[in-house]
Amino acid sequence: MDFGLTEEQAMIVETTRAFVENELYPHEAEVERTGHLRMDLIKELQAKAIEAGLYAANLPEEVGGAGLDTLTWLLYEKELGRANYALHWTCVARPSNILLAGNDEQREKYLYPCIRGEKWDCLAMTEPGAGSDLRGMKASAREDGDDFILNGTKHFISHADLADFTIVFMATGEEQTPRGPKKKITAFFVDKGTKGFTVREGYRNVSHRGYTNAVLEFDDCRVNRRQVLGEVHKGFDVANDWLGATRLQVASTCLGRAERALAHAVSYAAEREQFGQKIGKFQGISFKLADMAMELKAAELLTREAGWKYDQGTVTEADMSMAKLKATEVLAFIADEAIQIHGGMGLMDELPLERIWRDARVERIWEGTSEIQRHIISREMLRAHGA
Amino acid sequence: MPPMKVLVPVKRVIDYNVKVRVKADGSGVDLANVKMSMNPFDEIAVEEAIRLKEKGAVEEIVVVSIGVKQAQETLRTALAMGADRAILIEAASDVHTDIEPLAVAKLLKAVVDAEQPGLVLCGKQAIDNDMNATGQMLAALLGWSQATFISELSIDGDSATVTREVDGGLQTIKVKMPAIVTVDLRLNEPRYASLPNIMKAKKKPLEEKTAADYGVDVTPRLTVVKTAEPEGRKAGIKVGSVDELIAKLKDEAGVI
Repeated sequence: MDFGLTEEQAMIVETTRAFVENELYPHEAEVERTGHLRMDLIKELQAKAIEAGLYAANLPEEVGGAGLDTLTWLLYEKELGRANYALHWTCVARPSNILLAGNDEQREKYLYPCIRGEKWDCLAMTEPGAGSDLRGMKASAREDGDDFILNGTKHFISHADLADFTIVFMATGEEQTPRGPKKKITAFFVDKGTKGFTVREGYRNVSHRGYTNAVLEFDDCRVNRRQVLGEVHKGFDVANDWLGATRLQVASTCLGRAERALAHAVSYAAEREQFGQKIGKFQGISFKLADMAMELKAAELLTREAGWKYDQGTVTEADMSMAKLKATEVLAFIADEAIQIHGGMGLMDELPLERIWRDARVERIWEGTSEIQRHIISREMLRAHGA
Repeated sequence: MPPMKVLVPVKRVIDYNVKVRVKADGSGVDLANVKMSMNPFDEIAVEEAIRLKEKGAVEEIVVVSIGVKQAQETLRTALAMGADRAILIEAASDVHTDIEPLAVAKLLKAVVDAEQPGLVLCGKQAIDNDMNATGQMLAALLGWSQATFISELSIDGDSATVTREVDGGLQTIKVKMPAIVTVDLRLNEPRYASLPNIMKAKKKPLEEKTAADYGVDVTPRLTVVKTAEPEGRKAGIKVGSVDELIAKLKDEAGVI
C-alpha cells in the first residue's frame, strides 16, 4: 500500500495550487463583494487556464482533456476547491463527464466547444417538488413525430445563466415495478434561445457568491429527437454511468477549502498573543487544532481511497457517500472552529474564513444531502442482511 | 549560426514560502520534512531557455542539478516546463550538505565540456545561501564571457546583448558567445508547468551521474561557524503630526 503521491501527481498539485493562488485568489474579494463575475475577467483567466492545461482537465486525453486518473483528478479538484467557487468553476471549467455520452454530432456541438472554452454546460434535474426524490419530477416531455415537446420547471440550476445549453432531465412515461409505478426519465440537450425555453434569475443564497442558480421554464418547448442524450427513457442510466464520481468531486473541493481554513487557524494561533502568550499555547486552542487536523486527514483518506477504488472498479456507493459526507461535514467543522480561533476577526471579510464558513453550508445539501448519504451507506449494510 | 544547445543548472532549495527555522545547534537551517522547490532564479533561467527555443534560437535545453537524489524532482519540474533532457549529479546524501559554489562550478565545467552548449543560463544566485558565485566561477573556469544579473537578453549570431540590473540603473553590454548568463528577477515570468507537459515529462530522459563520474572533489572547504536567525524587527512608533513625521524623516531616518 502506498499513500504517497507520484512525482507527476505532486507536480500537478503544485501547478494547480500555484495557478489558484496567483490567478484566482487576487479576484476573490471582487467576486465576493459584487456577487458577480465579469465576462472580461472570465475570458482572461480562462485563457490562462487553457494555456496551463488546467481547463477541462477532468476529461480524457482523446477529447482534449488531461486524461487524469480519478485519484489525480481529485487532487486537482482539491486545489481548485481552495478558491471562490464561481472563479474556479467558471474560469477553470470541468465540463460534465455526461457530455461524453453524446454521439458524434452531439460531441461536435456540445462537448468539444466546452473543452475549448467556447461554451458552458449546465445540468438540470432538481424541481421545486423534486429534490432528493428525483423520480418525483413533474417536468415532462411527450413525443410528437420527430420531436419532443418539453413542459415544466426546474430550479436551483447552477450557472444556467452563463451556460449556452442545458442537459435537462424530463419524465417521459411511467413503468410498473414491484415497488410501484416509477417514472421513466429522458435527458435532452436544449440550447439557450430555443423557443419555449426561458432561463430566469434564481434565488440569492448564502453560499458561493458569484456562482448563480437559475429557474428554467419549459413551455411547449420543441426539440428534435437528435437532442436526446443517450436513449429515450434511459436518462437515469446515462446519469448513473457518467456522473458517478461527482460526490468525490464535492468532497475534494471541500478538502481544499478546509485545508485553507486550517492553515489560517494555525498561523493565527501561532502569532496572536493574549494574556501574555501565543493563543496556540492555550489548550483550548491547541486541542481544537489537533482535532481539525485529524478530521481533515480522515476525510482526505476516505476521499483518496474512494478515488483509488473508483479506478480499480471496486468502489461502492457507500464509499463515495462516506467520502462526500465526511468531507462536507469536516469542512463545516473546520470553518467554524477556524472562526472561533480567530474570534471577531474571523467574521470579517478581510479573511476568507467567513465565506468558507458560508460556502460550507451548501456542501451538506447539494449532490445528495447528508441524510441521503447516510441512507445510502446504511442501505448497503442492511441489504447484506436482506433488509 | 545554427540553433544551439543551452545548459541550465537548477538547484533544489527550500521553498520561498517556507518559514525558515534554524537548527537548535546553530549548525544550519532545518531542512527535514520541509517543502523544497526549484530556486526561483533558476526557474527564470529555464523559462528564458524555453522562450529562446520557441523563437528558434535554441535547439535543445539541457537542465542539470547537483545535490541529493531528490533533486530529480526539481529536474522533472524543469522538464515539465519544457526542457528536453536532464542530468542529475548526485553529490551528497544528506539534504543538509550544501555543495560549495567552486565544486558546483567545476562539475558544471565538466558537463559543459561534455555537452558543448553555446550558452549557459543560470539563476543569479540560489535563495538558500545567497552565494551568488557559481556562474561567475564557471565563466572563469571556462574562460567564457559572462553577463550577470540580466533583465533582458537578445542573442545575435556570435554575440549577445544583455541588460544588467546594476546599482542605480540598467547597464547594456554586449558579450561574445559562448557565454555564461546569470538571470535576475525581472527577466521574465516563468510559466506554469502545464498538465499535458507534466504528463510528457516522465518520458523525457533523465541521466543519473555522480560527482565521482566527473572526478570532482566536492569536500567542503568552508566551515559554518554559526547560523542564527535575524534579529526581530523593532516595533514602529506613532507620530502625532505631519510636522513631526517630516522632522523624523529628515533628522532621524535621513531619507528626505
